[in-house]
Amino acid sequence: MGRFVRWYGSGPLHLLVLIASFALTGYAMVRLFALRPLGVVIWFVGAAVVHDLILLPLYSLADRSAQAVLRHRATRMPHPPWINHLRVPAFLSGVLLLVWFPLVFALSRPYPGATGLSIDVYLGRWLAITAVLFLASAVAFAVRLRRLRRAHRAGGERPAPDHGAGP
Amino acid sequence: MDGDGSPSPAGPAGPGRPDHKGGSRGRPAHGILSGLSSRARYLVRRAEHTPPPPGPFRPGFWRSPLRGPWLTSVFGLVLLIGIPLMFVTGMLSYASYNPDLGRLNDQTPDKGALGFYLFAWPTHPYWLYRLTQGVHVTLGVVLVPVLLAKLWSVIPKLFAWPPARGLAHALERLSLLLLVGGVIFEFVTGILNIQLFYVFPGSFYTLHFYGAWVFIAAFAVHVCLKLGRMVSALRSRSLTAELRTSLAHTRPEPPDPDGLVPAGPAPPTMTRRGVLAMVGGGSLLLLLVTAGQSIGGLLRGTALLAPRGREPGSGPNGFQINKTAASVGVTPARVGPGWRLEIHGAGPAHVFTRAQLLAMPQHTASLPIACVEGWSTPDQLWSGLRLADLAALAGLPDAGSVLVESVQPPGPYASVLLRGNQIRDPRSLLALRVNGADLSLDHGYPARVIVPANPGVNNTKWVHRLTFRR
Repeated sequence: MGRFVRWYGSGPLHLLVLIASFALTGYAMVRLFALRPLGVVIWFVGAAVVHDLILLPLYSLADRSAQAVLRHRATRMPHPPWINHLRVPAFLSGVLLLVWFPLVFALSRPYPGATGLSIDVYLGRWLAITAVLFLASAVAFAVRLRRLRRAHRAGGERPAPDHGAGP
Repeated sequence: MDGDGSPSPAGPAGPGRPDHKGGSRGRPAHGILSGLSSRARYLVRRAEHTPPPPGPFRPGFWRSPLRGPWLTSVFGLVLLIGIPLMFVTGMLSYASYNPDLGRLNDQTPDKGALGFYLFAWPTHPYWLYRLTQGVHVTLGVVLVPVLLAKLWSVIPKLFAWPPARGLAHALERLSLLLLVGGVIFEFVTGILNIQLFYVFPGSFYTLHFYGAWVFIAAFAVHVCLKLGRMVSALRSRSLTAELRTSLAHTRPEPPDPDGLVPAGPAPPTMTRRGVLAMVGGGSLLLLLVTAGQSIGGLLRGTALLAPRGREPGSGPNGFQINKTAASVGVTPARVGPGWRLEIHGAGPAHVFTRAQLLAMPQHTASLPIACVEGWSTPDQLWSGLRLADLAALAGLPDAGSVLVESVQPPGPYASVLLRGNQIRDPRSLLALRVNGADLSLDHGYPARVIVPANPGVNNTKWVHRLTFRR
């Protein structure tokens, strides 16, 4: 047993579970790849690559850039943490687009003919939802800013910077 | 049980190592294995002593102070509940087509053992498919933010160094590729399909069904290997305490063996409560702009971004149309005065005009249309002839199946097979009218099938021939 663990790197049950899983994977994959193997491999591996090496780095970079570019210069007046007022509506609008982009950008050719419905409404709807999200976030920020500065003026001392950064 | 722990204990391992059991060690196969294993260990040791390449492979690269086993486990727990529910509802949807009934219903004739569980799809309760498929699709859409958050939370593991610490670790990472590739493949094909954006390489049914099995095999392994760690991570912090923690008091989780917690965390800009609220808010927003298409009525209008958030018309025939007549090549000429219904069975064929069918005793049934794409309509009041009566007319009251053929040009679902239990349900109709009016052309005029709990495409429109079989 100790010998096996040294050779393999884990217990025998680990190996058995993986072998059982790969057997099922192989059985299903033969059928998945039966017709257009190259296309399916590209989609399957591409799915992981596009997410892990493109989408995630891009949104991380966007988040970092927003923080770096829009960083407040030191002002006399205090301000509440602002990044989440940008981050949250951007995230919400982004997931809506990520899920519904074929309709939003009217990419689905069979849609109007098959359903008897127009595909042209989705871009406007998504933009309107996005506008409402950012507007609501801006109003929330303005309210917090006003409260904070009022407290600052009334107290004449620095308020605690923490009002929670959650949305 | 776990290939992700610390590297195998180093030590003078290899063929020459003293062996306590003695005996059978001298066999050549064993010698080769030992040789290979010592070679592998040598490579692993060398990789461990090679500094990681710059960038994401370096421990200091990942700086989010919120990454850690607890946060990952919260998202993991949601997916642990959601994904099995999606798998089960998906497998039910596959069964609902009755693929074992014949080649016509079967998009995956080489399924082999993967169809082991198939059963006669019931007609009770009549809203069964509406529920299971509505849950399958809506849940899939709603889980997208959780899936993104889960993948974000474990991204440092993709760049683990060395890439493999041994055979166990290498196999586990291969399984993780199938897990991540599989889950995204399933979500993407499903989400594109419900928007009729058919860019994936092949038939949706084939890809989504076999892809589900590839994914679930890797998912099961992942649950086996990580369940214990998830439970202990969830116990390591209190959810209610986390939900009360302010930004000023947000600290990274203690260092973990998996390296999710960053070595050099940046100052937090968001609380854990904030992350959970943002991800949960994303799910809630997607639910709000989607679910209405599976509920219908006044709520349909709330499905602002879903494909079926509007009614195509008003009046008795104003409800959702799966495929319009024009889109599948059914012209008014094909269903004009020359249209006849043929009924085949044990004896000679019967042929009826629509007027003759309307003169026969009519029955009604209140049934929804529910599509594999997740949308559905509330109950519509159909009237027409019972399939059971037509089976008796054909001389086969105990028919085992019926072949339903449409006038629509050959293509997917231009003809389907229905099973005996579906024929004999008194609510299963060859409908001629709906909601008090003649069927519209888009809803299958002159006659269409409507069967309780049947997936939408198996309720064939523009029917011109029924062939009952034993």
